[in-house]
Amino acid sequence: MDKMPAWADAVLVPLISILLAAILSALVILAIGESPLDALNLMVEGALMRSSGWGYTLYYTTNFIFTGLCVAVAFHAKMFNIGGEGQAMIGGLGVALVCLFIPFPHWSIALLVATAAAAVFGALWALIPAYLQAKRGSHIVITTIMFNFIAAAVLNYVLVNVLRPQGAMDPATATFPAATHLPTFQEMFATADNPLFRGSPANVTFFLAVLACVGFWYLIWRTKLGYEIRAFGHSESAAKYAGISPVRITIVAMLISGGLAGMMALNTTMGEAERLVMNATEGAGFIGIAVALMGRSHPVGIFLAALLFGFLYQGGAELALWTNIPRELITVIQALVILFTGALDNMVRMPLERIFLATRRRNG
Amino acid sequence: MTDPIAPAIELKGISKAFGPVQANKDISIRVMPGTIHGIIGENGAGKSTLMSILYGFYKADAGEVWINGRKTEIPDSQAAIAAGIGMVFQHFKLVQNFTVLENVILGAEDGPMLGTSLARARGELRALAEEYELSVDPDQLIENLSVGHQQRVEILKALYRKADILILDEPTGVLTPAEADHLFRILDNLRAEGKTIVLITHKLREIMEITDTVSVMRRGEMTATVKTAETSPEQLAELMVGRKVLLRVDKVPARPGDAVLRVENLRHVDSHGVERLKGISLEVRAGEILGIAGVAGNGQSELLEVLGGYADATGTVRVNGKEIALSGPGSDGGARRACGIAHVPEDRQTEGLIMAYTAWENTVFGYHRDPRYQSGVLMNNALIREEAQDKMTRYDVRPPNPQLAARNFSGGNQQKIVLAREIERDPDILLIGQPTRGVDIGAIEFIHQEIVRLRDKGKAILLVSVELDEIFSLSDRIAVMFDGRIMGERLPDETDQTELGLLMAGVTGDPSGDPIKAVEASLEDKAAREAASHD
Repeated sequence: MDKMPAWADAVLVPLISILLAAILSALVILAIGESPLDALNLMVEGALMRSSGWGYTLYYTTNFIFTGLCVAVAFHAKMFNIGGEGQAMIGGLGVALVCLFIPFPHWSIALLVATAAAAVFGALWALIPAYLQAKRGSHIVITTIMFNFIAAAVLNYVLVNVLRPQGAMDPATATFPAATHLPTFQEMFATADNPLFRGSPANVTFFLAVLACVGFWYLIWRTKLGYEIRAFGHSESAAKYAGISPVRITIVAMLISGGLAGMMALNTTMGEAERLVMNATEGAGFIGIAVALMGRSHPVGIFLAALLFGFLYQGGAELALWTNIPRELITVIQALVILFTGALDNMVRMPLERIFLATRRRNG
Repeated sequence: MTDPIAPAIELKGISKAFGPVQANKDISIRVMPGTIHGIIGENGAGKSTLMSILYGFYKADAGEVWINGRKTEIPDSQAAIAAGIGMVFQHFKLVQNFTVLENVILGAEDGPMLGTSLARARGELRALAEEYELSVDPDQLIENLSVGHQQRVEILKALYRKADILILDEPTGVLTPAEADHLFRILDNLRAEGKTIVLITHKLREIMEITDTVSVMRRGEMTATVKTAETSPEQLAELMVGRKVLLRVDKVPARPGDAVLRVENLRHVDSHGVERLKGISLEVRAGEILGIAGVAGNGQSELLEVLGGYADATGTVRVNGKEIALSGPGSDGGARRACGIAHVPEDRQTEGLIMAYTAWENTVFGYHRDPRYQSGVLMNNALIREEAQDKMTRYDVRPPNPQLAARNFSGGNQQKIVLAREIERDPDILLIGQPTRGVDIGAIEFIHQEIVRLRDKGKAILLVSVELDEIFSLSDRIAVMFDGRIMGERLPDETDQTELGLLMAGVTGDPSGDPIKAVEASLEDKAAREAASHD
């Protein structure tokens, strides 16, 4: 017998978690002498009340959807891929290489090829930890986190020594050719008398992220591969009984996971910066873990959780801009949300389960 | 009270609920001192919960516990020990790399230094051994002891703690018949000395053999308490299930055809480097059931794993005359299914089913790559669901709701889902391990009938079971496994429990002299060999 109805598990638990995180954040803001209500107002105003605010929120959301899906695929196979960050960095390298060295006639073709490149580079970066896990039993958490450092070092080397244009001071590639420029929301939706999304970085890759959500759902719940990935995730011994190869599933799931992480780079590198810079990922790989946890590894949940974190990122930036609340405190608030929705999930879930059981017993 | 002697244990109106499940409902029971009291019931009837309350693991929601005529609170196991209650669990709680003596004093040391405790325990153990036929070498490591001896250590632990009341939870599940007989002699001696024993079991035979009184539990309730001498197995079964039960399997003699499965010199080494199958040869013909008897852990599981395609092996296996791969590509579960081998694994919860999957998803588990279930790149879930509904109705799975997760079905209904999936594929060979473990009596009847029905359709069936009764009632031929070898084959009509019991303990040839001694000798021999192979 299930302990709680599905809607409570999917909606109520994360909602209460967010509420608790918000209350604690409010106390922190109060403690440094600012008004939590004003702060909330400012965040909502800055992130959601203007179209340019939305343009930033959705830009961050795009990143978090990709990394959230990345973590979720691995979750379904009962693996903890902490390497989204590194896989996204290397994915960015793939994007930069094709954008810089292939002369594209149109952005749409550039996007297709860059998507493939980002996915392949990200997937290959995940392949090594996956192989080590499948064949040698090296724990994927350890290897993927180590591979983040290696990725950063590789990127550093490539940017400083290989791809940096002559004479440039910062470790970044040259700006990509104009033909690879992706349409931003401003270019897509703004009209002469209605200047929407002005100056904001959201671009066409957002729709790619939404498409990835749909594809993810079909993959996990409608294909034989998804069936096998989930089966393996629930019980390795049962998977073996059914003739599902643990080695194959471990590697395939991690390839998909790494590929999704790599695709995040399309948004940051091709869509926004239009060149590859150091630290283009800005920790989105790690936020993906919280997004996947909060979204229950389901694409709808991941989309909503990514939206929430997009709001927190953009709202946080606004706070730092307009108040005396220091930038670090924004990180504290984000960390609190991650803590409550991810790590302390059971703290909310267990009392809630008890309440549901009690009411059910009274009624039944 | 009409009885002048106070009962050793008296439970009054014990109730315990886990969430919406009422595990114990207003249970009252009186166990008189110096008797063996059996508690019998199907899996999930609430026997273990009741005993856990008595031993202080759970707190009852309502009710009172009286020990020797005094109301006693038992908040934890320390209190239970203080009240003179000892418990022998189904899964032993022993430290494998400690000696017998160290295990006995563990938690009951006299002081910070072990010397005095060990000396005292040694003396007491010697006395206990003489008194109750409970001899164990006190300096032997647990890991070198046979299962029967390990159980004796558990009993010794309880007696060392001055237990007057001994609770045994399914004590014979892991024993050979000879070991079980010895255990019953020990219990007899204990009873003669005035100890009170509560025996939890689901085996009717044991209840009839040793108990004075028996209480029957069903769905959390105590349905009856009767004097063993005044009841019969049929009556007890009816009380357990709530309706008349067929204890014998109805079947006509087998008409075996050609050998469908032929196994020669099968060897398998596990991941620790221990050889688990040491040259198995057997054949199963069409239209017959070959039963593999044996004490758990003698290679039966590995035999099923190898034949089912998820453990590597050497040797030859022929299916319908064609040799199949035993390692590398073409040896996985998919390949086995393709050549007509279906497998109902021993453990449906960790192998046969994905507990989190819905029933309909589970009805194609292992066959999900069948092109029939695909439509383009996607799976044809509508078809799978439709067929699942049909299978569940025909195999009487209750509730017949394909949307329910597998974990929400009872053990018997889970087994029916697995059985439906495997039998409906119309295999040539069915491997079936512990078909009725953890299954209620009502479903056992159904499952046995299905297996016999499949045999009568001319299929070859390899049955592995640790329940000798099941082996006897289903098999057309019986092979006995011990220590990775087949000790011999018998026809069920020409053998008996004693002979099979000896084979199961590794004793072949004429058991002249004391058969118990022979069994023990061979078990110790096996333990020594295993210890050697670990080094």
